[in-house]
Amino acid sequence: MAIIEVKDLSYKYPGSSKYALRDISLNIDEGEFVVITGPSGCGKTTLCRCFNGLIPHFYGGEFIGDVIVNGMSVKNTPITILSKYVGMVFQDPESQLFSLNVEREVAFGLENLGLDREEIRFRVNEVLELMGISHLRNRAPFELSGGEQQKVALAACLAMRPKILVLDEPTSHLDPVSAYSLLNLLNELKNKLKLTVVIVEHRLEALVAVCDKLIIMNEGKIVFNEDSKTVFSKENINSIKGIGIGIPKVVELYHNLLNSGFTLRNIPLSPKMFKEYLLEVVRK
Amino acid sequence: MMTLKAFEFKRGDTIIHRLDPRVKFLLSISFLALSFIYSNLVMLLIFLLTIIPLFYFAKSLENYLKSLKGALLFIILVSALNYFVSGLYLALTITLRLILLMSSFSIFFMTTYPEDFALMLVNIGVPYDFALTLTMSIRFVPTLAREAQIIIDAQRSRGLELEKGNFMVKLKNYIPILVPLIVNALRRSMSVAEAMESRAFGASPKRSSLVELSFKREDYIALLIIVFFTTIMLLLKFYFHIEDSLNLYLFFTG
Amino acid sequence: MIEVHDLWFYYDSNPVLKGVSLEINSGEIVAIMGENGAGKTTLIKHFNGLLKPKRGYVKVFGIDTRYATVAQLSRRVGLVFQNPDHQLFAETVEEEVSFALKNFGFPKEVISERVERVLKLLDLYDLKDRSPFTLSGGERRRVTIASVLCYDPDIIIFDEPTVGQDYMQKEKLAQLIKLLHTRSKTVIVVTHDVEFVAENFPRVILLSSGRIIADGSTRKILTDEDLMKKANLVLPQVTQIAYLLHEFGIPKDLLLVHEIRDSILKIFAGEKL
Repeated sequence: MAIIEVKDLSYKYPGSSKYALRDISLNIDEGEFVVITGPSGCGKTTLCRCFNGLIPHFYGGEFIGDVIVNGMSVKNTPITILSKYVGMVFQDPESQLFSLNVEREVAFGLENLGLDREEIRFRVNEVLELMGISHLRNRAPFELSGGEQQKVALAACLAMRPKILVLDEPTSHLDPVSAYSLLNLLNELKNKLKLTVVIVEHRLEALVAVCDKLIIMNEGKIVFNEDSKTVFSKENINSIKGIGIGIPKVVELYHNLLNSGFTLRNIPLSPKMFKEYLLEVVRK
Repeated sequence: MMTLKAFEFKRGDTIIHRLDPRVKFLLSISFLALSFIYSNLVMLLIFLLTIIPLFYFAKSLENYLKSLKGALLFIILVSALNYFVSGLYLALTITLRLILLMSSFSIFFMTTYPEDFALMLVNIGVPYDFALTLTMSIRFVPTLAREAQIIIDAQRSRGLELEKGNFMVKLKNYIPILVPLIVNALRRSMSVAEAMESRAFGASPKRSSLVELSFKREDYIALLIIVFFTTIMLLLKFYFHIEDSLNLYLFFTG
Repeated sequence: MIEVHDLWFYYDSNPVLKGVSLEINSGEIVAIMGENGAGKTTLIKHFNGLLKPKRGYVKVFGIDTRYATVAQLSRRVGLVFQNPDHQLFAETVEEEVSFALKNFGFPKEVISERVERVLKLLDLYDLKDRSPFTLSGGERRRVTIASVLCYDPDIIIFDEPTVGQDYMQKEKLAQLIKLLHTRSKTVIVVTHDVEFVAENFPRVILLSSGRIIADGSTRKILTDEDLMKKANLVLPQVTQIAYLLHEFGIPKDLLLVHEIRDSILKIFAGEKL
């Protein structure tokens, strides 16, 4: 069941002469883990903003076509309603944490919804526990490390119990270990809370093995929308390289071996998978 | 830059921090009023000496003194100006008043969560949006300060020398600092607005809150003390004309 | 060229650098890595005098940085900051790039010649009359690089240049670093992007909690699991694969795809065929 349906979407920012999104159509099913990637300026961030109504309601501009999120038309539904179903985590931790206290930060969205105090308190405790950051409850967000800050931002979204979580380059400012930690946590939460996750990222190594679909955009259009193995297949790999995507080394290795006559059963998406496929071939 | 520290919230769990913001605000207003009602040097000094211990109890004494040091230049400027215009006594009085002004609000801001400040404002009838703007600004002051430092470093690394040159040159040299600072601040405000919208800002006309302002026993006691103190001071001034007596005393002892 | 001897630095009373010593020679390309908060940015700020040592000393071209101004040192040590938006202020790209040249007192003719040259080098010439604020993220970053390269410093330091960059942009950066290397410049890059370092840098200095825990060959350091863990970094993916296949004879110290491919073909191709 498609929880997000994009129908022939084209979009131009106000004052711009170029279309940032051109004729985009795609479906994301409930419970899917989708990664959107592409070179800078390809429109991936713009597309994200269409999922919770920031486009067109906050940014204005020319919005052609429509996006249906959880059965609601984005064009005709205000952000105040869409944001109940779609949580969004942004790239820069500093700009999305406005309180001086983690607890209050997480409560912010719930306060906006006018929930009563007991409910707010309950949900704040619940989500802090879930994310393993209860010990940070009274700390000031700007005292925390980048990784912790993003966890707080994530908690603040999850407290609102969205069905869909959209993350725009959430690990951009994080070091590799914090990045992996956040993404692993995200995967766990997705399963626990039965979320649909859409994440925009450049660094694909940690994600290609766990995502259901890898969407590649270029110049405002969707170029690929398949599972990772299909995207990186022999038929597609050269166009992927042409677009300028950071191909995980393990995939590069697969193709290198292929060109040298050494074929694995399928495209490995992680070192562990590589070992598995390699040993299969060797043991024959 | 150091002067800003006087109004920067510093977290703590002291008795002053725990007081209801409305009580603290009343304290600030009372001292503000008293510092204008009185023009006697001795009285003003007494007021200042009454406020200073509060900083000690709030464990913010160091920051307070640092910020005074930062404002020293400005204070000296004002004193000097007044000295030449109206003489030593008046200069000292005005200086003290200035310090009192700063201190009476400093104690409030140093010990009150900006969000509690917003709650207080809403409590007394200020629209939420306005209160939020105020607290957001406060929250981002340290961020801006940090960014300003980075920008200064970046421009100095391109050979910009802020210490050199006459006044006009120095002023012009601040353009490469101010422009990025302002542009970034504007950019950031867009990002913040985006993030707020994404968390349903404005969804409900009746916004609830996790924290509720309520008076505790300490608040009633503090309230009593403040009202008592202020009343006594007002009486001393208007009924007992203490300033005249003090002036007479000073006059006689030269 | 850069000599650091027992450098200690504190922010308030917190020690951020604890007795750092290192030497970087003319023409080297070095990556400084470590977790966030390890002291990397603090360290490089000592190279152009923005920070002065609290204990120990830093000598750049034999000059003790404690006795030189930032302007004096910046003339020979260029520092490209992480966020271009912390620098851009001028009305046009051309004016922006000329800023440093003007500050260092270059004559007008030299300035216009140099600006033109560096704009062409970085593919920015067509944008020279545009306002820097109307450019895309990648273009803005190139402008800040141009602003530093135009006055031709001997040492160029990049602070986290790969953050938020896509693959193409990183490739272009790698090419630029190679170009600078051929022009005998010393290039220092602060980063935590292990793949980028594995492919482009022969030497790595690893910082952790204010101390240098490793300084030497990229290969030796980036393939050492314990060191990398200490510095809160991950092994390059190729190295991860090498570790998993080590029991079959694949060496652990592999960094690049073609290395592990050759190793796999050597060890397994025989068995397969």
